Amino acid sequence: MADVHLPGSLVVLFPGAPRRLVADGATVAEVIADLDRQVPGIANRLLDAGPTIRPHINVYVAGVRASLTTAVPADSVVHVIPAVSGGS
Amino acid sequence: MAERLELLVGTRKGLFVLDGDTDRHTWDIRGPLCEGWPIHDTAVEPGTGAILAAGGSNWYGPAIWRSKDRGQTWTHSSEGLTYGDDGPKVATIWNVTPGKDALYAGVEPAGLFRSVDDGRTWSHVEGLTKHPTRPEWQPGNGGLILHSIVPHPSDPDRLWVGISSVGAFETRDGGATWETRNRGVRAGFMPDPYPDFGQCVHKLVMGADGGEHLYQQNHCGVYRSSDGGAHWDEITEGLPSEFGFPMVAHPRDPLSAWVIPLNGADQGRFMPEGRAAVWRTADGGATWQRLGDGLPQEGAYVGVLREAMAIDELEPAGIYFGTSTGQLYGSADEGRTWTRIADNLPAIWSVQAAVVG
Repeated sequence: MADVHLPGSLVVLFPGAPRRLVADGATVAEVIADLDRQVPGIANRLLDAGPTIRPHINVYVAGVRASLTTAVPADSVVHVIPAVSGGS
Repeated sequence: MAERLELLVGTRKGLFVLDGDTDRHTWDIRGPLCEGWPIHDTAVEPGTGAILAAGGSNWYGPAIWRSKDRGQTWTHSSEGLTYGDDGPKVATIWNVTPGKDALYAGVEPAGLFRSVDDGRTWSHVEGLTKHPTRPEWQPGNGGLILHSIVPHPSDPDRLWVGISSVGAFETRDGGATWETRNRGVRAGFMPDPYPDFGQCVHKLVMGADGGEHLYQQNHCGVYRSSDGGAHWDEITEGLPSEFGFPMVAHPRDPLSAWVIPLNGADQGRFMPEGRAAVWRTADGGATWQRLGDGLPQEGAYVGVLREAMAIDELEPAGIYFGTSTGQLYGSADEGRTWTRIADNLPAIWSVQAAVVG
């Protein structure tokens, strides 16, 4: 079980979805798959073909930047954070 | 309910909807919708009246948005909009067009996708990607994008597409196989100016006479075909420039079409001499008429992108265009006189006009 924190700009795309939820999975890829079961379509917003995490999306497990294969120990805190952007 | 007109304006920072009556004089504007995502193209789904908005977020990728309640609530999907895990990544969506029995989406890098469930899921039209010329397709300055999708009005197996710096293609078997449709179209930037493919089509539209009559604004001129694109005749003469992006065709008169010439590919790409004008032909391109009454005639160093001009189906037809600096202009008399409908919008990517109600 991971405690997953989602960004506001993502959850607003899925009316009713919470900013914070619990997801199962031993890796980031599995956690995102479980997120997609709970919020259908959310994996397409986070993942590109490959699959890879989209270039301007960052996933952190216990505060450390992660890839799809990163292990997610039980009771981890997972943050999904869009990259900051400059310009207009 | 009385008929009314709806303008869908896709911008760099979301979709705006302008509600007006059929007099086309007053408008109420709503937006930005679609959570401020860049919206490159819009369409109204026949039958359901649902609004479709295609685009892509820098963070969350490409998607096609859909609203069944005139933009009050939205769903979105990119399910199936992929070349597969081993293929190129789809950067964004540039066109969404309803066909006779399916929705079509054109994407970057260039490819065509189809949905038969109102946009919930999409499948790759592989026949186009398997065209033998595909390995030689090269992106232009704007990218390798499939931007024009022109369904045949009655034959669901026939469809034309336009791809920047590649050219036009037609399928007659529902997308299984495709043929180039570029004969007679100039590619002035190529060693051979009349190649089989490599022409930089900017916008492909259909004339109103049953399915064989096409027009295109190209990087190198304006063209007309009366045989489904098998041969093209250049109709640039009479225009102030061969260069521009959008083009619309009259919904009832096959000889009438409108373009917005810009000063040139290498000269800044704005209205010639800073004087805004739309140009119309009413004789299939034999002659052109400048239409600028009501448009700014000095200091208008503005550009108009390929999807940013629209025509409605009323009588007389209304014409609308949006600039890449956020002005929206409209004409209720086929371009003879113009008014500014909105200003200070984000950069306008697309304009669509729909009669609803």
